[in-house]
Amino acid sequence: MLESLYKYAAPQNFYQLSRRLTPWLAGAAALLLLAGLAGALWFAPPDYQQGESFRIIYVHVPSAWMSLFVYVVLAAAGITGLVWKVKVADALARASAPIGAAFTFLALATGSLWGKPMWGAWWVWDARLTSELILLFLYVGYIALQGAIEDRRMAARAGAVLAVIGLINIPIIHYSVEWWSTLHQGPTVTRFDAPAIHISMLIPLLIMALGFKLYYAANVLVRMRCELLEAERNSAWVRQLGS
Amino acid sequence: MNPARRKKLIIIIVLVLGVGIATALALRAFQQNLLYFFSPMQIAAGEAPSNRAFRIGGLVVAGSVQRDPQSLAVSFTLTDTLESVRVHYAGVLPDLFREGQGIVANGRLGNDGTFIASEVLAKHDENYMPPEVAKALAAAGKPIPHSAFKQTP
Repeated sequence: MLESLYKYAAPQNFYQLSRRLTPWLAGAAALLLLAGLAGALWFAPPDYQQGESFRIIYVHVPSAWMSLFVYVVLAAAGITGLVWKVKVADALARASAPIGAAFTFLALATGSLWGKPMWGAWWVWDARLTSELILLFLYVGYIALQGAIEDRRMAARAGAVLAVIGLINIPIIHYSVEWWSTLHQGPTVTRFDAPAIHISMLIPLLIMALGFKLYYAANVLVRMRCELLEAERNSAWVRQLGS
Repeated sequence: MNPARRKKLIIIIVLVLGVGIATALALRAFQQNLLYFFSPMQIAAGEAPSNRAFRIGGLVVAGSVQRDPQSLAVSFTLTDTLESVRVHYAGVLPDLFREGQGIVANGRLGNDGTFIASEVLAKHDENYMPPEVAKALAAAGKPIPHSAFKQTP
C-alpha cells in the first residue's frame, strides 16, 4: 500500500496512472449524471411546498457539497506539498482550484435563481450565503496567487499557506445555518437525524452528488497531467513523451 | 519523520489552531451582527434594537392574516411558539407566504409594539416530500417536524 503510494508520488508514474484512469472515471461520471438528471427531472415527485421549483436542488446541493470537498482536497494537497515536497500534490492543488471555484460559482448562481421565487430575494447577506461567497474569494485568491508567482515551487508554497488559513471557513459554512439564524434553510441530508427528504427525492440527489464527484476526479486528473508536463518540462520523461 | 518535516507539520498545526481560535473569538464578538433575524422572544426580552431597522423571523399564526381589500396592506402575527409579534406590511408577499409558513420581515418596531415591515421574505424549512406524503401526515394529525424557527427558552 505504502509502496504503491511512493510509486505514484513520482510524476511519470502518476502521469501514466492518470492516463489509464481518466476514461473510466469520465464514463462513470457521464452515466451517473445522466441517470441523476433523469431521476431529478422525471422520477422525483414535486415538493409539497415548493412544487417543481425544488428540482434545482439537484444542481445546487451537489455543487455546494463539491465546493467544500474540493477546498478540503486543495488544502490537504497544499499541506502534503508543503511538508513532504510532493510534486504530484502541488499539481493536485493547482488543478483543483479552478474546478472548486466553478462549483462555488455554480452553487451561488443556482442558489440565487432558487432564492428569488422561493424567498423573494436574489441575494441576502445571511451567514450561509456570505461565508460561501468568501469561499469563492478564497478560490479566486488562490488562482490569482498561482498566476502572480512565476516560480512554481514558491507559488505552491504561498498557495498552500493561503489554503490552510482559509480552511477555517469550511466548518463555518457547514454550521452557519445551525449557529446563527439565517434565511437559508437548515441541513436536510448532512445531519445526525435521518435525512428530512423523501427517499424518492433523495436517491437522485445522491446519484447526482456521486456524478459530480467523479466528474471532478476525471477533470482534475486531466488538469494534473497538464500541470505535471509543464512543471517537469525539462525532465527526461517528458522529453521522451514528446519524441 | 525527519525533524525538518516534523517542524513544518507542527508549524502548520499551530497555524490552523491559531487561525481557528482567532476566528472563533471574532465570531463570538460579532455574534449579534451575524444573526439574520431576531425571534419574537428576543424582541419581548428587549434584545432587538429600538432605534434602527432589523429583521424579525417567525411562523405566521393560522387565522391571523388580515388583508385590506382596498390595498396591498396586510397584517399578520408572527410567533416562535413562545412569544408573538403583530406585523404590518404593504407590498407584494412572496409566493410561499401562507399560514404556518416561516417568514423573515425587515422593518422597525412601532411605538405600540407592532412591527412595521418594509420587506417580507419567506423562509422554507429543510423538509422535502411529495404532496401526498404531506397530506397523509396532515390527515394522521402528525405535524411536520422542522427547525426553521425552533426556540429553546
